[in-house]
Amino acid sequence: MSGYRALISARFRTLLQYRSAAIAGFTTQVFFGLIFVLIFEAFFESSSLPQPMSYPEVVTYIWLGQAFIMMLPWNVDRDLQALIRSGGVSYELLRPMDLYTAWFSRAVALRTAPVALRAFPLLLITALFFDLTAPESPAAAMAFVVTMIGAIILSCAITNFISISMMWTVSGDGIASFAPAIVMMFSGMIVPIPFFPDWIQTIIRILPFSGLVDTPYRLYLGHLPASDLGFLFAHQIIWSFAFILLGRWMLNRGLRRMTVQGG
Amino acid sequence: MPQIVVENLAKTYQVPIRRPGLWGAFTGIAKRSYRQVDALDNISFSIDEGELVGYIGPNGAGKSTTIKIISGILNPDSGRCEIDGRVPWEDRVAHVSQIGVVFGQRTQMWWDLPVIESFDLLRDIYRVDTTEYLKTKDELVERLEIGDLLNVPVRLLSLGQRMRCDLVAALLHRPSILFLDEPTVGLDSVSKLIFREFIREINKERGLSVILTTHDMDDIEALCKRVMVIGKGQILSDGPLSALRNQISPERLLIVDFETEISQLEGIQAAVLENDGHRARLSFNPNQISASELIAQVSALHPVRDLFVENPPIEETIARLYTENKL
Repeated sequence: MSGYRALISARFRTLLQYRSAAIAGFTTQVFFGLIFVLIFEAFFESSSLPQPMSYPEVVTYIWLGQAFIMMLPWNVDRDLQALIRSGGVSYELLRPMDLYTAWFSRAVALRTAPVALRAFPLLLITALFFDLTAPESPAAAMAFVVTMIGAIILSCAITNFISISMMWTVSGDGIASFAPAIVMMFSGMIVPIPFFPDWIQTIIRILPFSGLVDTPYRLYLGHLPASDLGFLFAHQIIWSFAFILLGRWMLNRGLRRMTVQGG
Repeated sequence: MPQIVVENLAKTYQVPIRRPGLWGAFTGIAKRSYRQVDALDNISFSIDEGELVGYIGPNGAGKSTTIKIISGILNPDSGRCEIDGRVPWEDRVAHVSQIGVVFGQRTQMWWDLPVIESFDLLRDIYRVDTTEYLKTKDELVERLEIGDLLNVPVRLLSLGQRMRCDLVAALLHRPSILFLDEPTVGLDSVSKLIFREFIREINKERGLSVILTTHDMDDIEALCKRVMVIGKGQILSDGPLSALRNQISPERLLIVDFETEISQLEGIQAAVLENDGHRARLSFNPNQISASELIAQVSALHPVRDLFVENPPIEETIARLYTENKL
């Protein structure tokens, strides 16, 4: 097994052990999902104007969001934060690995293991009791799967970028505090993007974050036609590349900086 | 053909200066000022395959910097270094595949995994052939007696246990050079002895080159025939420990217990350091008078019940070396 795959596997297995966190998370997600559903229920009942998405669509959208929430780049890798803070980063170079890829492997485990624990139970419960609907069509289902893979890649690229930026902020709290807010807002987690004013929507569609939530879930609903898959997947991959290239460049600069300053 | 060649290695750090006080904090945001720290000042040395070398110096002397450069994780500002035909920082991946490192202050293993999983992970990262890996691992595990610890998560190990596991981890990929950075810090006596025994054997049996950085002079005395001393970025001494001793503190001690009380010791070719009537500590230079001659002189003065001859503690020798060089 390649070193990177072994890293992912080991980290994945470690993260799977956090079962009480998963149970607590599951409960939180159900609770939050219900709150969102209730808010939208009130919204739909109080408004008689036609809305960009129907109420049942919004409900499914919300539950998909809650099921897969741990996939989003909402937190920093605590171990990397400690490593950077302690100045032990240069010692990572003692291993015969590309450091960026090694950290990316950590991010892959971080964005898939917690989801694996929570997603299936959540999807099951919400399908049975909370009106989660099936994908709109087989094409929609396939488009959903493809863009979920794209979303995971994008999320890992962003996560790695945030981790690497900690080499500058050292405490890690700078980016870590506003990254979740930006991600949640512009990905469509708080409010589905079709509900934003048109001019904001134009900006949001260019930004990378819509690829994390808006893209896969609206394809699932058929709200975005499956024929848009090519364009939307390309959007995810291009932004992933951008974050990966930027991340690699920053990592090289950061390592050089640390060694120049006696790290 | 030496295995490790270091020639005129120099490294200067730019350390940011923070002006004290609130004003300093504000101006610091706008404009950073730096001071230069010369960590390495054109040092040179070479090490042959199979040598067990000690590398000592006071804190801040440049030891860690040297180790980081020759392990390939730091670029020097100037100078040349070649290890097994490679330049460490240029061929980093190839180079680090051939070296093993053990740090006393930190572990190379993964904190929340059982020891054996760290080992398996290292096998994959270093791309060790499975059969070879199993053989090496079993041998090392037996040697260092960590068979019972394999399923214990690293974070639960005691320091002595962790160090033994770290040693195995560093050697799983059969490196040709082993760096030990303060490996015995905080270890109990039993663990220290196990460690020294193991290093001695593995250096002899496998011809594994070892570079030992430590403050523990007992480690140096037990293991290293050759010692390099670094201070303020410069190599102050490089050679056998005995030569270093002879250079810095050639005198030896003769401690004599007398049969009956003696008030004065005169007419002997030695300096009397202490004399409480029953026991005297004498310092003499073996280049001027041999131990046996001095013993004869003392015995002629007064009946002697017991005596022993000692080298000054190596710690004192090293401390003297540091202070003489104003380190």
